[in-house]
Amino acid sequence: MTMILKWIGRTAIFALAVVALQAKASLEIVITEGVDSARPIAIVPFTFVGQNQPTQNISQIVAADLMRSGKFNPVNVMRMPQQPQNSSQFNAAAWAKTGIEAVVMGTVKEVGLDRYTINYELIDVVKANGGVGQPMMNAAGRMVAGSNHILHSSEITIAGKLFRQYAHRVSDVIYEKLTGERGAFSTKIAYVLVRDKQEYRYQLVVADYDGENEQVLLRSKEPLMSPTWSPDGTKLAYVTFERKQSQIYIQDVYTARRSILTSFKGINSAPIWSPDGRKMAMTLSKDGNTEIYVMDIASKSLNKLTNHRAIDTEPNWAPDSQTVLFTSERGGNPQLYTVDINTKATTRVTFDGEQNLAGKFTPNGQAIVMVNRTNGQYNIARMDRTTRQMQVLTRTYLDESPSIAPNGSMIIYSTLHGSSQVLALVSMDGRFKARLPAVNGRVKSPAWSPFL
Amino acid sequence: MNLNKVLKGLLVAVPVLTLAACSSNNDTDAGASNEVANQPVQAVDQGMSDAEQLRQQLEALRQQNTIYFDFDKSTIRSEFASVLDAHAAFLRARTTISVTVEGHTDARGTPEYNIALGERRAQSVQSYLANLGVAAGQLSVVSYGEEKPVDAGNTEDAFAKNRRAVLVY
Repeated sequence: MTMILKWIGRTAIFALAVVALQAKASLEIVITEGVDSARPIAIVPFTFVGQNQPTQNISQIVAADLMRSGKFNPVNVMRMPQQPQNSSQFNAAAWAKTGIEAVVMGTVKEVGLDRYTINYELIDVVKANGGVGQPMMNAAGRMVAGSNHILHSSEITIAGKLFRQYAHRVSDVIYEKLTGERGAFSTKIAYVLVRDKQEYRYQLVVADYDGENEQVLLRSKEPLMSPTWSPDGTKLAYVTFERKQSQIYIQDVYTARRSILTSFKGINSAPIWSPDGRKMAMTLSKDGNTEIYVMDIASKSLNKLTNHRAIDTEPNWAPDSQTVLFTSERGGNPQLYTVDINTKATTRVTFDGEQNLAGKFTPNGQAIVMVNRTNGQYNIARMDRTTRQMQVLTRTYLDESPSIAPNGSMIIYSTLHGSSQVLALVSMDGRFKARLPAVNGRVKSPAWSPFL
Repeated sequence: MNLNKVLKGLLVAVPVLTLAACSSNNDTDAGASNEVANQPVQAVDQGMSDAEQLRQQLEALRQQNTIYFDFDKSTIRSEFASVLDAHAAFLRARTTISVTVEGHTDARGTPEYNIALGERRAQSVQSYLANLGVAAGQLSVVSYGEEKPVDAGNTEDAFAKNRRAVLVY
């Protein structure tokens, strides 16, 4: 409950703080690979009771979320043997024959001026049939006793404009109940949109993870780069060239208020918050060479982690906060290394491929996602830290800027499709792939938010 | 080649100014000619104004202000020596003028790595000019990495055009 209140509060603040312009919903996901291996699920269209139907359709949003996760394949209504409104109408025997694993059903009731009560239930089809070979229904196919086949049921009363956000919460619940892993549908992405023909061609944009509700946080005539989220999801750090040199700023996503963090001579690049939110790792070249530093945000004191004449950049924190992963060309070409923030001892991490760049720890710290260059091709790859096994996950062109969903299920990255730069998604196992084509402009530097 | 003209222009500039000075300062004696030669601003008022000459020199330098690099490299190819020599000669003669060297890369690799690579390229040009006697205070660098391509295409040809350092006055 507190989570829902927090969510409603946050949403309201976000709605009020919209000083920026809508950039038009320009992201539309095209699934390119991996639907076949997904688990079939039925999202029965929710029954509406009332006069004024809200514009947002909860069951459609939930179905789209689950499909985009790569783990589920929401079936067409034609494949549904019935369209129950609630579990009392559920015919377990009919669903058992379909091979569909789970069914979501619900109702939306208009209860006042722009007030709607939403009920939904999630049913496990196998459990509803008493598990394999143990039917627990009567001759009519109805359940006789027990309700452990109802994995979740919920009721809430909200305004119509909150339907989309609530639908993502429903998706989170269904995903977690069925996979055991937290859903990441209520998250956001930040990215840079470049529209070459506009005067303020560089835009810093924040949108829901599915590209909806785009908000432009900043527009600039000069490049914007490397947006990155604070661990509490309220702020972005990014690099701006608005003063004709690189500087790192921190901007509040909800109030749009911003402050400068660094403006050293030379490069101010690649900011990333420590897991506790108190420090910022970054790349500076104030002493001539690009080196990795950690800045205490409150005191602005600097701790220099590397000291090498080769390029060192792209710091990334290990979940334990004691190790920073970075790209260095000290071995002759760019490869990934770690540095211990206390002893400053460095260790080379990657050896496969001509180059490995932009390393990111997965949320559990067990793997590293990176940009790998092999035979001149830049693709997203994942390396298991224990086995050191490297797997190239994508086959797209000129992949860069991988960013991992907070539940570790998916990677969003920037790639070339046709002649334009777009965002793409790949699941952590590489089986599911999707593209988020931009209608107008180049889309770069995606950054997936933490859980909000 | 335009730059050769600029170079020649720089070489002949001082004698021309000296002549102009002599003809315009009849009340000075011959022994003062060296001193006059050191005050070219005053002297050229009678011929091409210094401002006009500067404008022409800058215009010519801007015609050839770009150095191109090999993939993932920041070493200056020998073919660009004459271009940089011309800029260095100009900057040595015009110590009040400063130049910003912008470093750029192609779209391959990551944006953050490319910011570092672009700075390397700009620094190569900066130290080349410094070695030719240009004062450190006249030189600054900025790297835009892959963020400001001149050709937004993704062909080898476009990549080659984008791997560059640009001298901006």
